[in-house]
Amino acid sequence: MKKWNEYLWIFSAVYLVAGFFNILFAWIGMICFVTPLLLSIIGKGKIYCNSYCGRGQFFELLGGRLKLSSNRNIPAFIRSKWFRYGFLAFFMTMFGIMIFSTYLVFNGTNNLKEVVTLLWTIKLPWNWTNTSTVSPWIAQFAFGFYSVMLTSTILGLTTMFLFKPRSWCVYCPMGTITQGISMLKYKGKVKQNGTTSKGNS
Amino acid sequence: MKKAIINQTECVACGACEKVCPRKAITIFHGIYADVNKDLCVGCKKCEKVCPASVIQVVQKEVVS
Repeated sequence: MKKWNEYLWIFSAVYLVAGFFNILFAWIGMICFVTPLLLSIIGKGKIYCNSYCGRGQFFELLGGRLKLSSNRNIPAFIRSKWFRYGFLAFFMTMFGIMIFSTYLVFNGTNNLKEVVTLLWTIKLPWNWTNTSTVSPWIAQFAFGFYSVMLTSTILGLTTMFLFKPRSWCVYCPMGTITQGISMLKYKGKVKQNGTTSKGNS
Repeated sequence: MKKAIINQTECVACGACEKVCPRKAITIFHGIYADVNKDLCVGCKKCEKVCPASVIQVVQKEVVS
């Protein structure tokens, strides 16, 4: 029988749909940022990626069981350290800009922009949600965060089609960070050539 | 006898291989890389097929260490 955590892809799918109906649901996506970080910080490694990532399961389902993936090998440059850390740096820069624009709405410099930005360039008007019940900055963050989640889903789906189902995992910024944290935490247990020291595993 | 070998320096530790392994021969070492228990591995290639980073190869191993 399947375990509860094997159904987390439903959470990812519902999350994407919920954002279409009410942008404020975007805030729930913070779970996908905070949980993997906390788990790796307390020494659980990449248990989030390994067992609880709804998005990874969603890609496995689409690319694996529904056979939507071409299953080709990913180009070597995408799995290189340069690309992975470079994409992480780019992603975090864009995330920082999004936080800053939330701050500008918070301090009254800018007005709320009801726009979802895809792939950091395409601006989609998204004004069918009533956001007047919350402070403008709360809504602004929701628009920004949903843009991040939708953009990364589009990238993940594209590489799922082109390469293997979980190709997103190769350059997922959260995966790169949590692997980095794990490396720092367990540095002493890893030999230079990448093999496990005996007695520590 | 065929066994899976993993390029651990390029492994992204996503756990896709761990999930498909019918022998539970793969574990993710502290979130850093996948590790194969060569005694359990039967060389079925399921992990090789699913690995998104293509860092797993199933090769002929005469002497099992």
